[in-house]
Amino acid sequence: MKLDKRRDFSVILLILGVLVVLPLGIGHSRYLMSVLMNCAGVAVIASGVWLTFCIGRINICQAGFALIGGYVTAILIAKAGLSFWIALPLSCLASALCGALIGSVILKLKGIYFSMLTICLTEAIRLAFLNGGDLTQGSKGITGLPQPFSGDSALPLYYLGIALLAIALGVVWRVHYSRLGGIFRAMRLNEDLAESFGVNVWRYRIMAFSIACALGGLGGSYFSVFTQSVYPQSFTVEHSIYYMLFCFLGGLEYVSGAMIGAFALTILFELLQDFQQYQSLIYGVLMIVVMLTLPNGLMALRSFSFSRPFRKGEAK
Amino acid sequence: MLQILINGLILGSAYALIALGLTMVFSIMRVVNFAHGQMYMLGGFVMYYLYGQFGFPFWLALLLAGATLGVIGMAFNRFLFQPVLASSKREESSMLMAVGTALLLENVALSLFGEKQRGVPTLIDGVLILNDGDAYLPYSNLAVAVISIGFIVALLLFVQYTKPGRALRAVAQDKEAALLQGVNVKFITTLGFAIGAALAGIAGGLLVTLYGVNAGVGTNISTKAFIMIMIGGAGVTSGAIVGGFVLGMAEAIGYDLLPSSMTYLLIFVAMIVFLIFKPNGLFGKPWG
Repeated sequence: MKLDKRRDFSVILLILGVLVVLPLGIGHSRYLMSVLMNCAGVAVIASGVWLTFCIGRINICQAGFALIGGYVTAILIAKAGLSFWIALPLSCLASALCGALIGSVILKLKGIYFSMLTICLTEAIRLAFLNGGDLTQGSKGITGLPQPFSGDSALPLYYLGIALLAIALGVVWRVHYSRLGGIFRAMRLNEDLAESFGVNVWRYRIMAFSIACALGGLGGSYFSVFTQSVYPQSFTVEHSIYYMLFCFLGGLEYVSGAMIGAFALTILFELLQDFQQYQSLIYGVLMIVVMLTLPNGLMALRSFSFSRPFRKGEAK
Repeated sequence: MLQILINGLILGSAYALIALGLTMVFSIMRVVNFAHGQMYMLGGFVMYYLYGQFGFPFWLALLLAGATLGVIGMAFNRFLFQPVLASSKREESSMLMAVGTALLLENVALSLFGEKQRGVPTLIDGVLILNDGDAYLPYSNLAVAVISIGFIVALLLFVQYTKPGRALRAVAQDKEAALLQGVNVKFITTLGFAIGAALAGIAGGLLVTLYGVNAGVGTNISTKAFIMIMIGGAGVTSGAIVGGFVLGMAEAIGYDLLPSSMTYLLIFVAMIVFLIFKPNGLFGKPWG
């Protein structure tokens, strides 16, 4: 399939641009900013899930790696007394290393075996933190984490979220629209064929999975300072499934897909706050409707095109 | 030790019935039915109302639980899974559709029945004392195991010796070849999905007599079913049965020695290690 790079870039630029100037319009509203910070964090995590789709794996353990990122940040800040700015990259690194280690074992599996195992893996990671003793403080979790910025304004934390989202999208963009992305697509279509053309499939699989896990860790780390806490229930299998839905809703062929889906659904749920008890039900119905009506996601809709007016000499 | 062995075998027989339904749907349609646990839960609720509340005879209520879920499975397959499988080449689509149906069923059940745990009267009162008090076996547990094994045997005979059963096997092995041989693939896949869902309903209806049921039990059961079919191999009948017994035994041993959350952590770790050596389970094919 031909990659519509320009449309993808336009959408990313437009959304990031709007997010950057939005605080001027919304008058630093704490509530709106927290909604958008939530959107940004979720989009960072979902972009990792999107990346694993590129190598033909359905990753349902992204929440587990977000949990690792969140806990590493919380432990380093609350127990080791480190600054958030050191904890953030270390959390990302820890998630990537765990991803590489676990990936080297589980990425041998394909299709549904991989997906089912990743569900169990999310549960295993959650149970490991639940049984972590004093270090992870069991079901109580780690609370009262200090914010990385002084002062009452939520603005710096908001811009941190936007910056992390830009970094995540930049990484995924760089991977997807480079030679590496071509290799990933070849692997998704036929791993054996890619291997016969000299691609070290094992290495690239682990690379893609580690980057995805690092993005999960990055998002998890951001959430732990944003909510000032982390619990074993902060990220569950259900969250992993929602990240998949975000990617599908946005579109699996576009880097911006995960971000569009994450923002669209997170904002939708804020608008439907009065029906919070039906959140899972609405998610379920949405999944069914999206699968039946939008199999290629929002970005594949023709009316969503930003690039069409700029193309020259295109036959109608 | 004898008690652990008995607990493991009783649990295993019921688990095998759960895994059999999931593996059947997978082998016929290559769809991992994430809603399998929720179908189990609905079976439990049908049993709770028919047998526990309205006083239907046990057998009739059990068969109605299976039939109800069979009809639900049939409708899901016809109106949700078949259109998605026809329109999308990505296996992720059917998986997300299955997750959507799971969330839908679970939340509809939560709205209808609430979060309360429900139970029904046990099948038979009394306890069998074994080996001079070394182990205790309640008759109701024994009855559940015997009935589960009865359904498993009935299904195996159906699949082995009847015409629709042979068609099911043919579709599971090679859909195109089955089509060329005149098998009505659309009908057979619907039948397969219905049987898979009915087995979940029967398992739920049966186990409600021992453990009760609540609207949130589905995800837990689905995860257990995934473990079982990963142990045995996805899409393989014998694998589902063996996987069920292995998990039942592992749980019985773990619960005797460790807290429950630790037991499952160890089961997950053991399974990951196991899959390193047997990536397709004990008897599985490389579905990919």
